[in-house]
Amino acid sequence: MKKTIHVLTALMLVFAMSMVVLAGCAGDDGDKADEPETTAEATTTEEAAGQTEDAADAASGDVMTHEQYVAAALDSKVVVETYVQAKQSWWEDKATVYAQSEDGAYFLYEMACSEEDYAKLEEGTKIRVTGYKSEWSGEVEITDATFEILDGSYVAEPEDVTAMLGTDELINHQNEKVSFKGMTVEASKDAAGNDVAFLYNYDGSGEDGNDLYFNVSLNGQTYTFTVESYLCDNTTDVYAAVKNLKVGDVIDMEGFLYWYEGVNPHITSVTAAQ
Amino acid sequence: MKGMWKKLWLLLLCAGSLSLYGCHGAKEQARFQIPETFDETKSYEITFWAKNDTNKTQTNIYEKAIADFQKLYPNIHVTMRLYTDYGRIYNDVITNIATNTTPNVCITYPDHIATYLTGDNSVVPLDPLFADEQYGLGGSDLRFDSPKAEEIIPQFLEECKIQGVHYAIPYMRSTEACYINKTYVEKLGYTLPETLTWDFIWEVSEAATKKNPDGTYKVNGQKVMIPFIYKSTDNMMIQMLRQKEAGYSDQNGDIQIFNDTTRELLSEIAGHAKTGAFSTFKISSYPANFLNAGQCIFAIDSTAGATWMGCDAPLIDISADKLVRFETAIMEIPQFDPDHPKMISQGPSICLFNKKDPQEVLASWLFAQYLLSDQVQIAYAQTEGYVPVTSKAQENPGYQDYLSRSGEDNELYYPIKIQASRLLMKHTEDTFVTPVFNGSASLRDAAGYLIEDVVKSTRRKQTVDDAYLENLYHETSALYHLDQTGVSQGAAGKGYLGKLPLTSVILLSAIGAAWALILLTVIMGAVRKKKRKEPADFH
Repeated sequence: MKKTIHVLTALMLVFAMSMVVLAGCAGDDGDKADEPETTAEATTTEEAAGQTEDAADAASGDVMTHEQYVAAALDSKVVVETYVQAKQSWWEDKATVYAQSEDGAYFLYEMACSEEDYAKLEEGTKIRVTGYKSEWSGEVEITDATFEILDGSYVAEPEDVTAMLGTDELINHQNEKVSFKGMTVEASKDAAGNDVAFLYNYDGSGEDGNDLYFNVSLNGQTYTFTVESYLCDNTTDVYAAVKNLKVGDVIDMEGFLYWYEGVNPHITSVTAAQ
Repeated sequence: MKGMWKKLWLLLLCAGSLSLYGCHGAKEQARFQIPETFDETKSYEITFWAKNDTNKTQTNIYEKAIADFQKLYPNIHVTMRLYTDYGRIYNDVITNIATNTTPNVCITYPDHIATYLTGDNSVVPLDPLFADEQYGLGGSDLRFDSPKAEEIIPQFLEECKIQGVHYAIPYMRSTEACYINKTYVEKLGYTLPETLTWDFIWEVSEAATKKNPDGTYKVNGQKVMIPFIYKSTDNMMIQMLRQKEAGYSDQNGDIQIFNDTTRELLSEIAGHAKTGAFSTFKISSYPANFLNAGQCIFAIDSTAGATWMGCDAPLIDISADKLVRFETAIMEIPQFDPDHPKMISQGPSICLFNKKDPQEVLASWLFAQYLLSDQVQIAYAQTEGYVPVTSKAQENPGYQDYLSRSGEDNELYYPIKIQASRLLMKHTEDTFVTPVFNGSASLRDAAGYLIEDVVKSTRRKQTVDDAYLENLYHETSALYHLDQTGVSQGAAGKGYLGKLPLTSVILLSAIGAAWALILLTVIMGAVRKKKRKEPADFH
């Protein structure tokens, strides 16, 4: 018995010391790597609790049509059922998403969302969103929202809004998946005053990986379009395509009709004009 | 059997030795020691994480500074990575501390350094470097004209001190300012006072909410008017509390923000949000855009945002057809006590991260120090309403000439920008910073959150009363983990680290079990000895 206990004790100590070695090798890094996870876990728990309550509200609330949503006052509570079209970003349990139904589109800004749920938000996923109608620099969006995933799927086809550029009608399609046909790349000026086809950031102050800004014209009017780097980063085809643009190229584009102090489409596809 | 025991104890000894090695070797980075001389026979690759205000001129100045520095020190190569957001730098640094891949030189806020300090010797303490005769501030062996320690503005340098040690040098300084549509203030029947007060700003803002029968605002004839917009609500709360001499936090990281003064301030802010007299950047958008469209009268933003303010500003983010002509005034932020103005000091600082090779750290220090030279300081300060952080640069004839030419054009000499710089230089003695500790960055976020939440809730027709605010206090404290902050949490302000990792739980359990077995062995041995003795006693 005594020998058995000695053996067990020694083995325990060997095991403990081995663990110390492992902890010593990986300890600091491991501990620090754990820190954000701890925070994220705590946040997720809090938000999950809030989400349950809000989901209950959503279940009892009336789901709006897009027309009713448009008519709703700013800062009022809104409930919509819609379909994910593209995910822009996830950060600290907040997701920013483009969503669209057959009757209209929504921009869901920093919606409460765990990383696990974010992975489930594939293109076409149906969701019920409860939040507040807000406006930021002309962009009408749903903020402080929660959501639940529903059965159903819908992927919108881009609507050609080329002819609506410069008209009051265009804003009615805000946040929708849209296309622009046969537009000409116009020169932007870099800091040295050179004509270039695109800029990193609006003034060329950025570098690869930042937003791309480029000008395109139609019928003598020039518009600034953007490749939003959170929506389409520098590994995407559209990012590469814009970097390869030349002044004078005639192109077709697809994207989402974002607004910032006027129309500012977030482009997701650029091809040579058909 | 005896052989097996020997093997077991030998194994134990080896494991013990390894554990000590593990503790010493992998976890702890050696403290930086200044080399006696800088080894110029070797080449050094220095990474510099910089922040610009989405301003190409600032990028160009960094690039020129690097090129000029590399001419002076051809064996040092600096690679810059650009950010436009301090928060992103912070997050990337935290990630890279864990993998020992931090940059060498980094633009940062002291609040963030307090968190970086949780890494073992990760941030280089700068006091010995400041004082080094050869390579320190104004050192004899430098190849450029570096400022002496006493030539760095004392307030700005003091801000870089954490628990008595300088972990950063200031790079640029700014404060906040109120950019005003003076034309509309006067149209409403008011005259700007010598010092702006909160009472004045609220009164004029309320007056500006009056509408015509057709729903347009009387003051601008437009459908949109948000008389008062604050860009950084964390600064708003921090400055209001300091002006009221109310609690925010102390040096030990004790959280004092949830007090009655905060409650009174939030109630007042809610009242003005309710009438539409007040909003924030997060809720509405950039104050400059509303100001320049004639849809805002008081826009509070950094002096480092001065180039966006006013209808003649060099940088405008709204279309020409929305721009409205008006006279722009720039004043100190509103005060509760005009005789004793108080305003925040902010702006980028520079820290160095420790590396295995002290020569590499010394090379980093040389570059960081070069950023304090007059040519860099003056060039960068002119890009916005910044001020150079050294008296040497501030008094430089070139900089004085720049200041004197205010209004010559609306680009380099844009008057609002130069007035913004003058405002900070005039009020340097009136600036303050908040205590820095691990968690102070979260507290700052929480301060802003209180205002944002109250304004949003008011706009959403929710009642902001005592019960609401009590709940908000609890919610904010939990959301920002404010019960887990402070220097008292451990060395260098280590905070709550969360649940123990599984490996630690197993390790502690194994140690506990081993001690239990040792104890059991001792007890059993004692019992047997006693048992062996007892019969003898009976004989």
